[in-house]
Amino acid sequence: MPHLAVNDLRAKYGALEVLKGVSFSMEKGQVVALVGPSGSGKSTVLRTLVGLTPVSGGSVTIHGDEIRYSNAASVRRARDQMAIVFQQYNLFQNMRIIDNVTVAPTKIKKRPKAEARADAERLLAMVGLADKLNAFPDQLSGGQQQRVAIARALALHPEILLLDEVTSALDPELVNEVLDTIRRLATEGMTMILVSHEMAFVREVADKVIFMDSGAVVEEGLPEQLFDAPKTDRAREFFGKILRH
Amino acid sequence: MDYNFQYGVVWDNFGALMEGAWLTFQLGVFAFAGGVLIGLLGASIKTYGPWPLRFLVDCYVVFITNTPALIQIYFLYFGLPELGVRWSNETCVLIGLVLNAGAYLTMILRAGFLSVRKTELEAGQTLGFSLVQQIRYIVVPHIAKTVYPALANFFIVVLVMGTSIGALIGVDDLTGQAINLSSINYRWLEYFSVVAVIYVVLTFVASIGLALLGRWAFRVRARIF
Amino acid sequence: MERILEQIPRFFTTDNMALLLQSAGLTLAMTLTGCLIGFGLAFVLVYLRQMPGLWALPLRVVCITYVEVFRRIPFIVVIYLVLFFIQTVASDASLFTIAVISICIYAIAYTADIIRGGLESVPVTQTEAARAMNFGRLRTLVTVTLPQAWPVILPPAIAFAVSFIKDTALVSQIGVFELTFRGKELNNQGYSGILVFGTIAMCYFLMSFPLSMLGQYLEKRLATPRGERSARKIRRA
Repeated sequence: MPHLAVNDLRAKYGALEVLKGVSFSMEKGQVVALVGPSGSGKSTVLRTLVGLTPVSGGSVTIHGDEIRYSNAASVRRARDQMAIVFQQYNLFQNMRIIDNVTVAPTKIKKRPKAEARADAERLLAMVGLADKLNAFPDQLSGGQQQRVAIARALALHPEILLLDEVTSALDPELVNEVLDTIRRLATEGMTMILVSHEMAFVREVADKVIFMDSGAVVEEGLPEQLFDAPKTDRAREFFGKILRH
Repeated sequence: MDYNFQYGVVWDNFGALMEGAWLTFQLGVFAFAGGVLIGLLGASIKTYGPWPLRFLVDCYVVFITNTPALIQIYFLYFGLPELGVRWSNETCVLIGLVLNAGAYLTMILRAGFLSVRKTELEAGQTLGFSLVQQIRYIVVPHIAKTVYPALANFFIVVLVMGTSIGALIGVDDLTGQAINLSSINYRWLEYFSVVAVIYVVLTFVASIGLALLGRWAFRVRARIF
Repeated sequence: MERILEQIPRFFTTDNMALLLQSAGLTLAMTLTGCLIGFGLAFVLVYLRQMPGLWALPLRVVCITYVEVFRRIPFIVVIYLVLFFIQTVASDASLFTIAVISICIYAIAYTADIIRGGLESVPVTQTEAARAMNFGRLRTLVTVTLPQAWPVILPPAIAFAVSFIKDTALVSQIGVFELTFRGKELNNQGYSGILVFGTIAMCYFLMSFPLSMLGQYLEKRLATPRGERSARKIRRA
């Protein structure tokens, strides 16, 4: 049984169908990368998985357990199992770094304060920010904020980590510090779905690449297969354009 | 609650209420218009005038905006006769409201004056606009666009909060008529609830009119709701 | 003119000044109580207004209508409506209570809009991040949105309350012993209107002006981003 199975997932913004039946599945410990042109619906897939964009059809199962997005309790369970990191980090501006990381574990997951704090300190040390516990988000660089956002997501102990273009908003010299963090998570066996434009990085860490265009999956396979020998014209055109640069 | 609502008497005197509403509307329009004249003068002095005049305008604005309009009107109505100046209650309300609105409108229009950037005027000069043309094509449209919503909003404030103060010195505006009529037959709740509805309708009509005017004359979107 | 000058020593007696001070206190107490309760209720109104779902639609309509309608009715009309309504349901209510209820009704309508604007100034991405971490609506509001909305809400809310000190002059009409009522009383006792209402105006000015200055100072202070403020605190320490 796959860890996560997405079957014919559909979503609409008003009358516009942004996901026209997306299907894929992944095993525990895998890293899956969603790639494709802007507006192809990659980010929407992640947003629908955690119930931020309403689902209009299809099914999502984690461990064979189907998530019903019309049911609040079921959505809560999905968010318990999946944590998302946003392109714009979205750290809570009113909280110190340490509080950003501990607020959900203590208030939502009801873990003991000391335990959550120790966990947060460990995670922040892992992303290299042990000395920033008491800073506010607007005192950190974009790369630092994004690493805090990753620590915040990990503090929820998710089964699957969703990374939504986490380096797109960063200055070029700050991209690597964030990619290093993700690389490390991949070697530690974290199950991840990442939406990214960093093709070299995707090729390095992904176990499976899914190429999307206009709200549908066009082609999927191993990174080498997709990058070097795409089967579809659309994928060939896209990777041809990107990899030449 | 065992109160027995009787709206019959209110309908019998609806004409008198409408007369009051008409007076309210007139007072609102004249007070606002007078206020705009003072406001334009005040804002011009604040922006371009010499410092003694600027200081005077500051004093005027600070003093008026930090004291109740009611007290200002009482001062005119109960105080001035001691100096031999006797105005009717309607005159007192109108002059009081003009002076009051003038101070607030000085602030509103001043913000508009400040919103015109030097670079825009310079751009106008380099394009060979004369002073009059600069004012006509750059300054006025710019100010109108930035302050129109605030002006429209303030008109409603004058129309509602302002004019109703007159009732307290016996002016027969909409509120005054409600007081007069209900003290005859003690149907206070009926009269005042109907009057409240008339105010809501009156101001909605005014808001919609102002929004249309703004869209037509200055291409601004003034908020109705 | 001589009459006024001649009255000055008779008017500025300790007794009269004590009366004025007491009335000014009542004016402030009325405004503060009414605005604070109104501010609290306005939060409830905004919260109800933002309820999602179809079942909450009538609730949303009621909240929007309330704000729109009461901003369009003169305060004096509201006072009369409250006075006569309360007197028919609870005839022993004090005039002070009636004044506070009227202020409250008005304050809700005005501050609800201020609060809504403040909450809407917080980026949606902040609430999305909270939702994705399973925060409920109320918890998101209390721990994420509100702390960030305060700097936007507080200055205009304070400005409203300060400017309402002046508007409470209208409750003199129903006989509350506040500042304006006291002025009319003194005027009726034969004191010069110029003297009396000039003094009363000064009293209002002395309450309103410093408070509005305080409000402006607060606005400037709150406009500084949180990180910078705490950095400054650390540097000072």
